[in-house]
Amino acid sequence: MSKELIIVLLAAPLVGFLINGLFGKWLKGSEKLSGWIGALAVLVSLVCSIIAFTSLNGGAAPLDETLYEWITGESFAFNIGFRVDALTAVMLLVITGVGFLIHVYSIGYMHGDEGYTRYFAYLNLFVFAMLILVLGNNYLMMFVGWEGVGLCSYLLIGFWYEKQSATDAGKKAFIVNRIGDFGFLLGMFTLFAAFGTLDFTTIFDAAEADNFQKIFGASTLVIATLLLFVGAIGKSAQIPLYVWLPDAMEGPTPVSALIHAATMVTAGVYMIARSAVLYEIAHTGQVVAWIGVLTAFFAATIALTQNDIKRILAYSTVSQLGYMFVGVGVGAYASGIFHLVTHAFFKGLMFLTAGSVMHAMANELDMRKMGGLKSKMPITHWTFLVGALAIAGFPFLSGFWSKDEILHSAWGSSPLIYGIGLITAFLTAFYMFRLIFVTFYGESRVEPEVASHLHESPSVMWVPLAILAIPSALIGLLLGWGGHDSWFHHFTKSVFPEAHHDASGNVILFMIISSIVGLAGIAFAWTRYSKRVPSDEPTSAIHRLLANKYYIDEAYNALIVQPIKNGSHFLLWKLVDNGIIDGIVNGVAAIVRFIGGLLRRFQTGVVQAYIVSMVLGIVIFLAYYLFFT
Amino acid sequence: MLLSTVIFLPLLGVIAIALLRGLGASAIKGIALAIGLITFVISLGLYTGFNADTATFQYVTQQSWISDLGISYHIGIDGISLWLVLLTTFLTPVCILAAWNSVEKGLSGFMMSLLALETGMLGVFCSLDLFLFFMFWESMLIPMYFLIGIWGGERRIYATVKFVLYTMAGSALMLVGILVLYFQNDNSFDLTTLSGPFEHSDLLFLAFFVAFAIKVPLFPFHTWLPDAHVEAPTVGSVILAGVLLKMGTYGIIRFCLPLFPDAAEKFTPLIVPLAVIGIIYGALVAMVQPDLKKLVAYSSVSHLGFVVLGLFSKNPAGLQGSVLQMINHGLSTGALFLLVGMIYERRHSRMIVDFGGLSKRMPIFATVFMIVTLSSIGLPGLNGFVGEYMILFGSFVQGAFSKVYVVFATAGVILAAVYMLWMFQRVMFGTLDKTNEGLPDLNAREIVVMLPILLFIVWIGVYPKPFLSKMEKSVGLVVTKVQAAQAMGQLENQKPRDPKLALQGTQHIQHENHEKEAEQ
Repeated sequence: MSKELIIVLLAAPLVGFLINGLFGKWLKGSEKLSGWIGALAVLVSLVCSIIAFTSLNGGAAPLDETLYEWITGESFAFNIGFRVDALTAVMLLVITGVGFLIHVYSIGYMHGDEGYTRYFAYLNLFVFAMLILVLGNNYLMMFVGWEGVGLCSYLLIGFWYEKQSATDAGKKAFIVNRIGDFGFLLGMFTLFAAFGTLDFTTIFDAAEADNFQKIFGASTLVIATLLLFVGAIGKSAQIPLYVWLPDAMEGPTPVSALIHAATMVTAGVYMIARSAVLYEIAHTGQVVAWIGVLTAFFAATIALTQNDIKRILAYSTVSQLGYMFVGVGVGAYASGIFHLVTHAFFKGLMFLTAGSVMHAMANELDMRKMGGLKSKMPITHWTFLVGALAIAGFPFLSGFWSKDEILHSAWGSSPLIYGIGLITAFLTAFYMFRLIFVTFYGESRVEPEVASHLHESPSVMWVPLAILAIPSALIGLLLGWGGHDSWFHHFTKSVFPEAHHDASGNVILFMIISSIVGLAGIAFAWTRYSKRVPSDEPTSAIHRLLANKYYIDEAYNALIVQPIKNGSHFLLWKLVDNGIIDGIVNGVAAIVRFIGGLLRRFQTGVVQAYIVSMVLGIVIFLAYYLFFT
Repeated sequence: MLLSTVIFLPLLGVIAIALLRGLGASAIKGIALAIGLITFVISLGLYTGFNADTATFQYVTQQSWISDLGISYHIGIDGISLWLVLLTTFLTPVCILAAWNSVEKGLSGFMMSLLALETGMLGVFCSLDLFLFFMFWESMLIPMYFLIGIWGGERRIYATVKFVLYTMAGSALMLVGILVLYFQNDNSFDLTTLSGPFEHSDLLFLAFFVAFAIKVPLFPFHTWLPDAHVEAPTVGSVILAGVLLKMGTYGIIRFCLPLFPDAAEKFTPLIVPLAVIGIIYGALVAMVQPDLKKLVAYSSVSHLGFVVLGLFSKNPAGLQGSVLQMINHGLSTGALFLLVGMIYERRHSRMIVDFGGLSKRMPIFATVFMIVTLSSIGLPGLNGFVGEYMILFGSFVQGAFSKVYVVFATAGVILAAVYMLWMFQRVMFGTLDKTNEGLPDLNAREIVVMLPILLFIVWIGVYPKPFLSKMEKSVGLVVTKVQAAQAMGQLENQKPRDPKLALQGTQHIQHENHEKEAEQ
C-alpha cells in the first residue's frame, strides 16, 4: 500500500465527475458512455480499495501520510492527509463495492432521464467526498468530506428540480445537516483548544496519556465528544434531527440506496467509532447509546403505519442507524461497524429492489396499489425477500449476526437498552413483512394501464440486485461467525480500544431469543396482512399519531420555522431596520432640515427685510448700552 | 514607481477617455478595458516582487508635498494592503467587461467614474500619509456618487444622498481624529512615524472606528447599504460590496488596532457583540427579502460581521482569516451581484417571485450560480470556508472574548445556508414561468466575466497558502501590538501602569523601520 494508491483511489471518481460535469453536454448523445465512465471510475477505486485491504489484512502497517499543507500558520496547521487502517479499509470496501453496483444499476434505472450525465457527475462527486470523509487523517479532513457528501446529498435529493417537494427536501436535508455541522465545528474547536491539533493519532495518543487528564480534566472531552455527536445526529438522522431523511426519498432511488442507506448516513457511526478513544475516556457513550436506542424504537413505530415503500425503508434506515449507535455507544465499536457493513448490503439491496418495483410500476410508491407482484417480478421479489429476512434477523442471515452482537453487548451495559432494542427487533420484522405481504403477495391491486406494462427489470438492473443479495445473505456468517472472536473483530481490533464491557450471559441463548422475536414479528405480520390491505383511514388515535409521524414536522414548523420567518420579517426587518434604525437616521435628517428651514427664513433675499433687521439690531444695542450700562 | 503606476494608470485612462470620447462607444469601452487589464497585469508584479518574510511596507515612495504642513506623498503596501490592491485591480476590469452592454446613456462618463474610482480605492489602500489617505477616502465618494446617482434605479437620489451623508458623518469624525494625531505626531501626517501611546486614545479610537464601522457596515450602521445596493447599477454594487466595504475593515486593521491597541482592548466587549448581532441579524433579515439585491446586501452585513469578529479576536488565525475573508467576500459577493445583474438585464426584475425554474433554460448560469452560492455559504473546498473557518477557529481557540459569542457566530453558518439555498431554490428550481421561457443562457462575454472569479473561488478553497503566506508577517505585526496591550491590560489589574510594555509593539515597528532604512 502506497500513497500513490490512495491518490488513484481518490482521484478516479473526481476525474469521473469532471468528465461528466464539464463535457456532459457532448456526452449526451450516448448516455450509456456517460454512465459507464461513472461506473468505471468507481471500479478503479474499488480495485484500489481491495489492494489496500489485502495489504492491511496481510499485516501491513496502517498508512498515515500528509499530502500538503492546507491552512497553516505559525500556531496552527491543518493539512490534507490520509490515514488507511482497518476501519478505513472496511469503509472503503463498503463505499466502493456497494457504490460500484449502484452505479451499474443506475445506468439502467436512469435510462432516458434528461439529466443523465448530471446524475453521474453528482454520483461520482459523492463517492469522492465520501472517500475523503473516511480517508482523512484528521477531523478537519473528515469535516471536508462530511460537508461534501452533504452537498451531493442536497444536489441528488433535489435532482428533479422542477418538483417542489424534491427541492424542498434537498434544502431541508442541507439545513438540518448544517445544524449538526455546527456541533461538529465547535467540537473540533474544543479539541484543538485542548490538543493543539486535529490529527487523529496525535489526539488519541495524547488523550490516552496520563497527564492529559491532569491538565485538562475529563470535562473537555465530555464537551468535545458530545459536540461531535451533535454532528453525528445530524448526518446519521437521529432524534431530534432525523426529519430530513424520510423526505430525502424524493431523490432517485439508487441515490437513496447509496447515500441515504449504505454510506453517507453511516458517517456519524464511523465518526464515533473513529473517536472511540475519546468516548471511552469521556464516558459519553451512554448518551450515544440512549439516543440510538430511542431513535431505533421511535422510527420503527412510525414505519409500522406508512404505506409508501421508500418511506418505510427510510424510517427503517433511521431505526437501524439507531442500532449502530447503540453498538458504538456501549463500547462495542466493532459490532456497530459490523452492523454498518451488513446494513449497507441488505438495505442497499432493498432500496434497489424498491427502485425495480417503481421502474415497473410507473413510479408508483403506494403499496396499497400493488399486491401480487411476486409472479410478475420474481427476481425482484426474491432479492427483496433476502434483504427483508436479513434485516428481520432471520437465523444465519447477515442482520442476525450483527444485530445480535449489538443487543448482546447492550445487555452487558444496560438491560433496559437491550429490552427496547429487542422490542424494536420485533417491530422491524413486522413492518418489513407487512411491506412484503402487501406488495408482493395477495391479490393484484395494480391499476389496469400500469398492469399491462408490469415486467421484470432489465439485466443491468437485476444483475446488481442478484449480486447484492449474496453478501446480504451471507456476509454476516462469513465475517461474524464466532461472535466477539470473529474474523471481523480480529481485523478491526487494532483500531478500537479494548472493550470494557464483559460479554456476559450465554451467547447462544441471546441468539435464540433474537431469532424467536424476529420470527414472531414475521408471523404476526402474516396474520395481519397476508390477506388484508392497510386501511386508508387510521383506525385509532394511536394509529393516527403514528401515521402522522407524531406530528414532529408540523411541530418544528410551528415552533421553529414560522416564528423565525415571521420574526425576521416583521420584527427585525420592518420594525428594527426600517422603523427604528432608519427612523433615527431619517429623523436626524428631518431635524436638520427643520432647523435649516427655520434659519432659512432669515435668508429671504429681500434687501428691505435685511435693512429692517439691521436697524432693529442697532436700536437694541444702543438701547442696551444707553440704559443698562 | 511600480505602485504609483498602478494607482494612477486608471486616472490616465480617465483623461484618455475624456480626450477621445468622440471616437465612439466601442473605443471608449476598449480603452477602459485595456487600462483596467494593464493595471491588473502590472499589479501582479506587486505580488511576485513582494517579500513575504518581512512586515515592513514595500514599494515605498515618499515625496514631500506640502512640507509646511508635514504632508507628503507617501505610499507603500504590506501583506494586508497587497491583497486589497490586487482585489481592486482584479475586480475593475471584470466590472468594465460586465458593464459592456448595460450602460445606455453617458458611457464615457460611466467608464471615467469607474476608473477614477479605481484610483481612489487604490490610493486608500496604499497611503501611508494620513492626509493623503483622507484625500483618497473622500475623493472616492465622488465617482461613486455619480455611479449611483446617474446610472442607478428609481430611488437613486435618496440612496446616493443617504450613502454619501452616512459616510461623511463618519469621515468628519475621522478628520478630527487625524488632526489630533497630527498634533501629537510633531505636526506630521506620516503614518509610519506614528507611535503611541496617544493622549485621549479612547476618543481617537472611536473617531476612527465609527467612520470605519459605517463603511463596513457594522450593525447598527448598516441601513445605507441595502438602499445603495438596490439603486446602484450592477457594477456599482460589485465595487461597493467587493471593495468599498473592505475599506472599513481595512481601516480597522490599519489604524484602530495597531495605533490604539489599548483602546481596542477596552472596546472589544462592545464591538464583538455588535459583530455577532450583525452576523445573525444580517442573515435573518436577508432571509426574508423579496428583492435579490437586498438579500445579497443584507448577507454582506452578515459576512462582514465575521470579518470584524476575526479582527477583534486578536490572534494570527483570526486576523488572517479576516483578511482572507475580505478577499473572499469581494469575490463571492461581487460574483453574486454580477449574476443578479445578468438576470436583471434579461428580465428587468430582481424580485424573487418573478423567477423559478431558470435551471432548465440556463444550465451554465445555474452551475455558476450554484458554485458562487456554495462559496458564499462556506462549503469546504471553496474559498469562503477557509476564511470563515479561520475566523471562527481563531476566535474560539485564542479569542480574547467569551466563547459564547463564537457559538452564536457559528450558528450564523446555519443561517447562511438557509437564506442562500432558499433563494436559490425559488429562483432556479421549480417550474419555469411562461414569461421566463425566452431567457437566454450566459453568452461568451458573461462566461469570460465569471470564469476568473470561479478560478479564484476554487483556488483559495483548495490551496490558500500563496494567499496566507504573503500576509502572515504583516498580520503578525498587528497581532503583536494588540497582544502587548492585552498583556498590559491584564497586568494593570495587578500593578501600576508599566509604559514599557505598551511601547513594545511600537518599538517593534520602529525597529523594522530602522532595518528598512539601513537597507536603503
